[in-house]
Amino acid sequence: MADTATATAGVDHHDDHGHHESFWSKYCFSTDHKIIGFQYLFTGMAMGLIGGFFSYVFRMHLAFPGSSIPFFGVVSPAAYNSLVTNHGTIMIFWVAMPVLIAALGNFLIPLMIGCDDMVFPKINRLSYQVFLLSAIVLIASFFVPQGGFGGAWTAYPPLSAESQYNGTPFGAPMWLIAVTLEIVAFLLGGINFITTVMNARAKGMKLYDIPMVVWMIVIASILFMASVGPLVAGAVMLLFDQTLGTGFFDPAAGGDPVMWQHLFWFFGHPEVYVVLLPAMGVVIEIICTFSRKKLFGYKMILYSSIGLGILSFFVWAHHQFISGVDPRATYLFTTTTLLISIPVAIMLFAMIGTLWGGSIRFTTPMLFALSFIAEFLIGGVTGIWLGSSGTDIYLHDTYFVLAHFHYTFVPIAIIGTFSAIYYWFPKMFGRHMNEFWGKIHFWGTVIPFNGIFLPLFVLGAAGQHRRIAGYTAYPDLYTENFQDLRVFATGSLIVLILFQIPFFVNFVVSLVRGRKAEANPWKANTLEWVAPSPPPHGNFGDNLPEVYRGPYEFSVEGREKDYWPQNEPETAK
Amino acid sequence: MGHKIIATGRSRTGIPTGRLAVWWVVGSEIVIFGGLIAAYLLNRFLHGSWEVSAAYTNTFIGGANTFWLLTSSYFVVLAHAAAEKRDAKTARKYIWYTIGLGGLFMGFKSYEYATEISHGFTLFTSNFWSFYYTATGLHGFHVLCGMVIMAIIAEKDIKHEQNWHRVENIGIYWHFVDIVWIFLFPLLYIAK
Ligand code: HEM
Ligand SMILES: [Cu+2]
Repeated sequence: MADTATATAGVDHHDDHGHHESFWSKYCFSTDHKIIGFQYLFTGMAMGLIGGFFSYVFRMHLAFPGSSIPFFGVVSPAAYNSLVTNHGTIMIFWVAMPVLIAALGNFLIPLMIGCDDMVFPKINRLSYQVFLLSAIVLIASFFVPQGGFGGAWTAYPPLSAESQYNGTPFGAPMWLIAVTLEIVAFLLGGINFITTVMNARAKGMKLYDIPMVVWMIVIASILFMASVGPLVAGAVMLLFDQTLGTGFFDPAAGGDPVMWQHLFWFFGHPEVYVVLLPAMGVVIEIICTFSRKKLFGYKMILYSSIGLGILSFFVWAHHQFISGVDPRATYLFTTTTLLISIPVAIMLFAMIGTLWGGSIRFTTPMLFALSFIAEFLIGGVTGIWLGSSGTDIYLHDTYFVLAHFHYTFVPIAIIGTFSAIYYWFPKMFGRHMNEFWGKIHFWGTVIPFNGIFLPLFVLGAAGQHRRIAGYTAYPDLYTENFQDLRVFATGSLIVLILFQIPFFVNFVVSLVRGRKAEANPWKANTLEWVAPSPPPHGNFGDNLPEVYRGPYEFSVEGREKDYWPQNEPETAK
Repeated sequence: MGHKIIATGRSRTGIPTGRLAVWWVVGSEIVIFGGLIAAYLLNRFLHGSWEVSAAYTNTFIGGANTFWLLTSSYFVVLAHAAAEKRDAKTARKYIWYTIGLGGLFMGFKSYEYATEISHGFTLFTSNFWSFYYTATGLHGFHVLCGMVIMAIIAEKDIKHEQNWHRVENIGIYWHFVDIVWIFLFPLLYIAK
């Protein structure tokens, strides 16, 4: 009843007593930003299970080629292609984006800027519904005749446009439609995020009082909006090539396949920062809280992330060094790519500077946040080789590349997500997760993660090409030594998967029986901790908080308490 | 304890949220059309043969359509001015004029498509024509959406004298659609 009240009237009337919302209107068709955040979170986690299952299947196949994989069966080359393609697509579009941007953005933005909801609650709900539809289309594409799309997540034409190569008369267009719907959902969500932060901040909250994670989600949304357009245009053209038989990207018809690469990577590279920035924001919040230190270089981080966003539009062709781009252009793109390491380094140094001399508390979210820095560094450093055209020509499309981008994506999508969940769980559900099992989960995730991907650097440098289903056909690379490394990587993956069980059990048990959380269990400063845990519809009750200072005033000299909430008036002791 | 959504009514920037949102929509649409137009230009420079195909587009119809669209943009401005004065009758009238001109545009466009197809220039004839149909088709789709939204605003909002700001918001969108055409017209029709 309440939620159907029109936003056109600008009023949404609620009575806390004497009115019952049905399950449907409360959890499925709610316009409450927190519920929508949870919907994104749980959908993203469910998709993560699917994407993770796919990686289990093809990693098992790589370790034990030709044998029947438990829970799947024998992997045919076509199935291998489809598994790899959809693993990549799901992880980026249906796990990293929904969890890091949509779930966190929806849950945190109104709470952290001291507001009762998004400025467009109905558009917000629509955004999730379109997203859900996109997930359904994608999952359905696995079950159509000939199976899901197998043209890799980058979908390079002409292979991706011709069904005799990707073997999918239905799967390929469905995949494209699903991706396009997903993009539409995020464009709708982004409008909400940006406009809400611009217009609905709490009284007194100036630009430099906005918590970093909110800034990061906003900058990421702007980046996404500014970069995804060419991909949408390209997707329409590719869809016509696939279904109608036009030849935009078909050299035989006078088309240009490299044009797709430009359109794709103009989006594809900024996309890395679209998911990276929110994860960085999460880590920043956690590091400040658990080292009780003021954030080192707030403005520096902010300007670095803006600079990084702008630079990210000038690097895309570093993915095309061997696609026949003009060698003079490779100078340019090598230079801009290497330049990006400067803002990233500034941000990482600022994090380390924040930790310096702090009184660090090794809680589970803090452990994840610290490991983010360490693992992401490996990803960043190996990226320098790949950004330099000289070395990239040798390493291109090998498992070295694969290891590199997983050293960036896994910290972002997996470690960043876990640190966020452990940190905000008390706020989200009003209960604590179990610390002991949290730490078990932490070590069981981070150690095997290195076990999976370190060997892949070696394999890649030795020439193992990615997206190859069967290495038995390449005797040089099927030597015992290499096969042992593959088995080791796969074994590590199994360990990693097993250690996710304690997480899920911990999550569910804590939801029901976890220790009750107070409003501000970590003694943090930002506004979400002012609201009750869990916050009711409307977040702060009748009095929205007012802001008097920045979000990171920890251990301020001369104060008794080592934190100073943003909403505490100056005079209060 | 009562609770009403306050966020929707807030405006820290001083710009109404609805208008901000429309600007963001326009921003993301600019990059979509930008990608398409950039791809077109790339091909146009690479393939001399496209000039030959471009010679077959009907400059007269293209020009007439440009004229309708520009006039319709003028009408939507008048509708906005009337809405500012809370003059529902005039505002509705000009919105419907705008819709009418949009319809005229679509009518000419259909005739143009029909003749082109009958001359054998279809989506598949060459990449120039693939671009031509994709770009103008996507643009036409935007015109159509704008017309539908305007009709809803005229009959649901302005008729009942509510949500006056929506006239301005749809106006911003409509000008954008217009400007896209201003780019497409010389690229597809004039540059021979
Ligand atoms: C920790 C579990 C993961 C494992 C074991 C894993 C493993 C793999 C492997 C072995 C491949 C390449 C197979 C081949 O090219 O033949 C691959 C591809 C890929 N993975 Fe992962 N991955 C994991 C998590 C992730 C995450 C979290 C992301 C992103 C957020 C991700 C994104 C990708 C992408 C984009 C590709 C490329 C797909 C393509 O070539 O089309 N992966 N993964
Ligand atoms: Cu890149």
